[in-house]
This record gives sequence, C-alpha cells and structure tokens, in this order.
Amino acid sequence: MDLAAIVGLNVLSGIASLVLISLGLAIIFGMMKIINLAHGEFLMLGAYATVLSTNHGVNIWFAMLVISPVFVGLVGILVERTLIRVLYGRLVDTMLATWGLSLFIVGLVTMIFGNTINGVPTPLGGFQVGAYRSDLYTPFLALVALLLLCGVVVVLRFTRFGLIARATMQKPDMASALGVDPDRVYMATFGIGAAVTGLAGGLLAPVSGVAPTMGSAFVAKAFITVVGGGASILAGTASASLLFGSINQMGSYLTTPVFGEVILLVAATLLIRVLPEGITGRFFRGSL
Amino acid sequence: MLDVAALQAAYGRVPVLMGIDFQLKAGEFLGILGHNGMGKTTLMRTLMGFIPPTAGGVTFLDHDITDLKPHARARLGLGYVPQGREIFPALSVRDNLRMGCMAGGRQKGSGEDRGIIDETLELFPRLTRLLDRQGGALSGGEQQLLALARCLCTRPKLILLDEPTEGIQPSIIEEIAETLQGLRAKTGVSMILVEQNLDFIAALSSRVLVIQKGRITGELRPDQLEDPEVVAELVGMAA
Repeated sequence: MDLAAIVGLNVLSGIASLVLISLGLAIIFGMMKIINLAHGEFLMLGAYATVLSTNHGVNIWFAMLVISPVFVGLVGILVERTLIRVLYGRLVDTMLATWGLSLFIVGLVTMIFGNTINGVPTPLGGFQVGAYRSDLYTPFLALVALLLLCGVVVVLRFTRFGLIARATMQKPDMASALGVDPDRVYMATFGIGAAVTGLAGGLLAPVSGVAPTMGSAFVAKAFITVVGGGASILAGTASASLLFGSINQMGSYLTTPVFGEVILLVAATLLIRVLPEGITGRFFRGSL
Repeated sequence: MLDVAALQAAYGRVPVLMGIDFQLKAGEFLGILGHNGMGKTTLMRTLMGFIPPTAGGVTFLDHDITDLKPHARARLGLGYVPQGREIFPALSVRDNLRMGCMAGGRQKGSGEDRGIIDETLELFPRLTRLLDRQGGALSGGEQQLLALARCLCTRPKLILLDEPTEGIQPSIIEEIAETLQGLRAKTGVSMILVEQNLDFIAALSSRVLVIQKGRITGELRPDQLEDPEVVAELVGMAA
C-alpha cells in the first residue's frame, strides 16, 4: 500500500514535469507552427534565473513563480522580434535559426557562469508514507501543472486575447482583414510560450542539476510530448503527458530509470507510427 | 472615397493586374464583372493589402493606403468578405461575429460588442439560432451570411465582396441581395462587388466595370446586362 502510494506519487511527478516542460513548446508550436529548437535553453534560462536570484537572497518562491517566467518571457519577445519574425512560414530556416540560438545561449551562459552544476535546495520539506519518504514538492509541481493547464483553457476560451489568438491561429489572413495585427499576436504568443517555459525551468531548478547544457535533457521529451499530443495545445499536452509520464515512471519502477526512458521512447515511436497526427489527431478533435 | 490609379500586381513574376484605374463615390455600389482568371480576386486581395502592388496606388478616404497592411486598412473602414468565405471553422458563430468587432483595435467593453452583434443579427435573422454552432458546421449559404455579418460588425465604410454567390442556393442569394439593398438605404455604405452571376450583379450595382486580363476594358449600366449580345461582346461571356 505504501509502495503503491509512492509509485503513484512518482507517476504524478512524471506527468507533471512533462506537462511543465512541454506546455510552452506546445503553445508556440500549436499556435504558430514554429519549431523552437532553443526550447531547452529557455528552460535552462528559467532555471538559472531562479538559482541566481535565490543565491542572491531573493525568496525562492518569488524567484520561481515571478522572476523566471518574466525574464524568459522577455527573452522570448526579444528572440521573436529579432529572429523568428523574419522567418515566418519558413519551417526549416526557423529550425536552423533556433538551433543556432540554442548553441549561442549555451555558449553565453557557460562563458558567464562556467560549466558547473548549480542548484537550490528543494523547498517544502518531506513527509513519511509508512517506511518511505517523499517530498511535498512533487504534489506542488503537479498542482502547478494542473493550474497552468486550467489557466491556458481560461485564457483561450474566455478572454478577448484568447479569441483573437484562436482566430489568428485558424485563419491569419482573415483575422488581419478584421483589424487584428497578426504580427502582434505572434509576438505575444511567443512571449507567453517562452514565459511558461521559463516558469517550468524555475520550478524544475530545485529538482534537477542546473547547468548550461541541461536543456538537452528536456528538449527531446518536450518534443515527444508535443508531437505525440498532436494539434490541440491543451488536450494534446495533457493526454500525451498522462500517457508518456505514466509509461516512463511505471517502466522505471519495474526496471530501472534508464530502461524507463527507453520504454518511453519506444512507446512514443509506436504511438507516432499508429497515430501519425498524434493523439488529438484521432481523439478529442477540435478541442483546444 | 476610393481612388485606384494604375494599379499593378503580380504573383511572383507572373503579372496579374496590368494597370487598373477606377474611382468610387461614397454610397456607390460598383460591380466588377469578369471570367475566372481575369484578376478579379487578385484585385480584391490587392485592395485589401494581402498582395503588395508592383506599381500604382490606392487612396481611400484621402489616405494613401498603397503600403498599408490589411489590419490597418480594416481599421480605416475597409470591410472584406473573401471568396470562399473564410469563416473561422473552430469558432462558434458568435465568436466569429465577435472577431468582427475587433476592427478598429479600439478598446470597448463586451457590452458594446454585444450591441453591435445584436444589431447585425437583426439583418440576418437566420443566424440567430445558429449562434452557438461551430462556424465550420454551417452550410455554404449560412457561412456566406455569416461572412457578410462578420464584415458588417467591423462597421465598414466600404465593403469588398468577392463572389458571394459561388456555390450558394438561390434562396440565400436573394436574401443577401435584399440585405445589401436594405443596408445601402439605411447606412449609405459603399461596396465593390466582384461577380460572375449576372442577375446578382445587375440587381445590386449602380454601374458595372468589365475586367479582362488584368485591365478594365469597359463599363456597363446594370440594365445592359440583360442584353446577351452586349455582354457577350464586352465580357466574352454567355449570358
């Protein structure tokens, strides 16, 4: 029973971190059809923002929940204005450019802060489940992931910006003929996607080693989740995270964490083979 | 209110508009008649700002709009009902109309939007019971009404209407014609209508320009459209 609870918590943690690391990517890819290969570096910048501000005496909650998303959101807007904006509609060029950007960011951060692993202590402490210990931070991450998903629903479905964003995503030309400047919508969308990614980086800083190259550990999983999820930003991210997170953690529990990752990759490959358009290409079509 | 001077446009290196000239007075309904491939839709897309002109200029309400982007033109009062209707398929009919209210980029309360939508719906009673349907689930005719209603929500001063009768059942074509005539009487809005349907263009236009191979080649009075010989000669089109 205790073991089941711990395994359950691990599964929850796996799902939550997949939601966190892929939601920003899903927003940018789903709304703008931009493949941002610097996604992992956005995560890394969010993590660094939290680590550095915490080490300079800033409250860790403020660092994770405010500084990281705001900082990376601004970086995202800067990147969109200087790089992405001139490459709209050129998928391969965007991939190349963002890949170059990711190398640049890794190099820059290494140059400034050195190629060392930093960290911050995990807040909230732990609790005892029978003979096992777990930390309270895991349920907190799950809660934030859930709130983020709900937040995206609320923004897309009930706000003026959400309506404009959905319309622009469906028919950008028509939206502009109705007086909406698609340029600004794209800028805002990219900024929001980057901010969500920054938030994820900040939140994951206490539970992962923060180093300039940490992005590469996340970016593959994030892409697998987004591609596996398919066209709908929300239903796709949620369902793919649920599926892959469970598979990954159960696989890790039954074998070893290394095999857990292998099983995740095999499962993702099979899924894409069976459902080339992802889960929401077949199920929950037309959902957000 | 609209002055088009020596307007040229091209798709890549293929020229489509070879120099279009015409003027439109406020309150006028201008028809543009021509075959497929003569540049009708290109003209509309160029007027709306989707295709950059390669030469010539467009003046709208004393603004030079030649280099303006579509959203800026929309905010000046150009309304666009495109060929193929371009309804937002995954938005409800109500949300499609709300998008129409975005023009002007003005900050308004949702109450004001609702007022505009209610007013527009009075002109299109058929849409009222469809408000919560997805735009993509409507029939072609209903989508055409919605596209027109959405355009009216932008409060346009000039409507660009591109082949509204294409693939639409006759009852709705009549409904659209009546709605537009009522609108002209009530608001004094202007319109440029691009069409192949002779009856529709004759019923609505105060004068008709003929477009051939990217040039305006002639001008007709609407009543002349009933004479098959004149039409055949000018348009190269069987009435």
